[in-house]
Amino acid sequence: MAWTRNVLRVNLTNKTCIKEPLKMEWAGLYLGQRGLGSKYLAEEINPKVDPLSPGNVLIMATGPLTGTPASTAGRYSVITKSPLTGTIACSNSGGFIGMEIKNAGWDMIIFEGKAPSPVYLYVENERAELLAADELWGKSVWDADEWLHNRHQDPLLRIATIGRSAEQGCLFSGIINDLHRAAGRSGVGTVMASKNLKAVAVRGTKGVGNIKDPIAFMAAVKAGKKLLADAEVTGEGLPKYGTQVLMNVINEVGAMPTRNFRDVQFEGAENISGEAMHVPRKADGKTNLVTNAACFGCTIACGRISTIAKGHYTIDNKPRYWGASGGLEYEAAWALGSDTGVDDLDTLTYVNFLCNEDGMDPISLGSTIAAAMEMFEQGVIGIKETGGIVLKFGSAEALVKVAELTAKGEGFGRDIGLGSKRLCEKYGRPELSMTVKGQEFPAYDPRGIQGMGLTYATSNRGACHLRGYTVSSEILGNPVKTDPLATEGKAALVKAFQDATAAVDSAGLCVFSTFAWTMADIAPQVAAACEGKWTEDTLLQTGERIWNLERQFNLAAGFTAADDNLPKRLLKEAAKTGPAKGLVNNLDKMLPEYYQLRGWTDQGVPTAETLARLAV
Amino acid sequence: MQKSLQIEPEKCTGCLQCELACSYHHEGIFNPSKSRIKVFAFHHEGRFAPYTCTQCTEAWCLQTCPVEAIVINKTTGAKEVIADTCVGCKVCTIACPFGTINYQVDTGKVAKCDLCGGDPACATACPTSAITYVDAEQSGYLRMQAHAALSIRHL
Repeated sequence: MAWTRNVLRVNLTNKTCIKEPLKMEWAGLYLGQRGLGSKYLAEEINPKVDPLSPGNVLIMATGPLTGTPASTAGRYSVITKSPLTGTIACSNSGGFIGMEIKNAGWDMIIFEGKAPSPVYLYVENERAELLAADELWGKSVWDADEWLHNRHQDPLLRIATIGRSAEQGCLFSGIINDLHRAAGRSGVGTVMASKNLKAVAVRGTKGVGNIKDPIAFMAAVKAGKKLLADAEVTGEGLPKYGTQVLMNVINEVGAMPTRNFRDVQFEGAENISGEAMHVPRKADGKTNLVTNAACFGCTIACGRISTIAKGHYTIDNKPRYWGASGGLEYEAAWALGSDTGVDDLDTLTYVNFLCNEDGMDPISLGSTIAAAMEMFEQGVIGIKETGGIVLKFGSAEALVKVAELTAKGEGFGRDIGLGSKRLCEKYGRPELSMTVKGQEFPAYDPRGIQGMGLTYATSNRGACHLRGYTVSSEILGNPVKTDPLATEGKAALVKAFQDATAAVDSAGLCVFSTFAWTMADIAPQVAAACEGKWTEDTLLQTGERIWNLERQFNLAAGFTAADDNLPKRLLKEAAKTGPAKGLVNNLDKMLPEYYQLRGWTDQGVPTAETLARLAV
Repeated sequence: MQKSLQIEPEKCTGCLQCELACSYHHEGIFNPSKSRIKVFAFHHEGRFAPYTCTQCTEAWCLQTCPVEAIVINKTTGAKEVIADTCVGCKVCTIACPFGTINYQVDTGKVAKCDLCGGDPACATACPTSAITYVDAEQSGYLRMQAHAALSIRHL
């Protein structure tokens, strides 16, 4: 079982909170979280709906394993139609809010309509009500969190909220939970803001039970925890360095996008790496990293908790940033650092704090600023547009100023809040936008890691590493090493990773577990917890079903094979240095085979046979 | 040999595996709100601290209970609540200086750490050995060893 079998349906227009049974026939096909939430979304909205209109729906979904001791099973996802991409959006977050929603007795919360004035949802087990948020609107994530804890006099309340950037219409705003964990990508926070929904505050004391076979489950969980502890990446690398363990590795293989993808290696990478976070600073003798931290139930604990050196120019006279908070993950360090050419660790930590404080996706923020920097250097935009900011690559001060403006939706920050695609279009240089389907690239240059090019081009939520992390195979050799510079076999590799990831997400697990686990380690945990037949094969088929469902949504929204593409820079301009020197991404060698393996037409449309086979 | 729980907050990552293990052992459900061990997150300090009953020798919860519902387990030394005897008066929750014995609304009784009869589930579940179950008379052993190591550093 494992599901609570309850869905909380919140109609913001009518201000109603209604309990309804989870559709178990869908749970049997889509498992939970990403898959099940996407099924609900696809059934409930017109794929062509304006993402920021009341007709869009926003779903917060847990997985069947969320809230159990299965390691890393603390995840939840926010599923909606993205205002950044126009595709289906599904942003996954850790922290503690997912388990709290589950402990309150809900598998998912569905928000529909739009509140006439700002509200927040308060949930205490079965009790759910919409309360006025007029005093909350305009507050940052951190201030909203404090206000809600004080208001309800409950230190154990778990909170997910949007910041000021979302309220101001920034198109890449996420939803922050537990102060510094983020459902970060694709502008899911912007959708929340469009519904006048400021926050979700949850207290759950019912617990998570309904485990089908508790004895088998605890045995499978124990075996899983041991594998994570024994594997080098999950047992040593990630706890010590976090995802930042990758900074030097990816730079060395020449896949570190730098200065808006003009270069593939960053000379300052070492200064902003996971290793650097352990080096005592000159300014105060302390390290940037205070400790590692876990999301709920996670025995890896890759999270970074950092401080900025007292007296650092970014936090002078700003005591709110003097304490410890969520530090740099690799993606943030790359986007805010390498992509803008800035290599001051504490500056990046400060901008990362801003991203948490006001709910900005650091990948999109950094990438969009990088695109703006390139246009500034080319003279396409000048200080007239930026409000006097000299927006040059490598300028830490410019990065800080622009990030502060974007957080509050002021000045040139409003331009940045458009995201890279719209910004570059606005100034007549669309080719400088490093995006797919309108979403900014993450931290792997597909000229140096060929499979990632196909991953980006075909990702159902636009450029993204979390939809098929073939870096794991191409660089880290997990589960088998493949040549990052070769295209042969990559179509099959990408498909396998995409399907497996969809299943992992939908169970409520973290994709980082797959650095140590294969589907053979995950299946026994799902099978022991959930009714139904869950094997390696059925999980992979579930993943494939989810992938096709998302694809169908996007096709119905108006996307075509022409959108499964990469920016010209990655297809025409060769990498200048490193192992991939002289190479471009050879997407055209992989994409047709990929369509074929997926059972899609050469126009990227799932055939009737494929849809029937998968019961989409 | 009597053992006691040893907690080293600097090793804690805040994952709450201990709370899950505790609630599952005692209540048969994964429910942090029912756990007798709690992990506290001190966000601005970037620290986590698990906390639970230390099994005081002179246990004020036990001394103050008007119906003698709290007894000493002779093997483990744990002060255990006899649920059938507890009347839910909550006097022990006032008497405990550390707040580690608490009332449960659904049962109408109090609950506290009982060392799981000598095999604490929290210690087994902890992935970083922030919680261990060690010789009660040698709980400072590892810290002594660490400091001893410092003392020979310059020899």
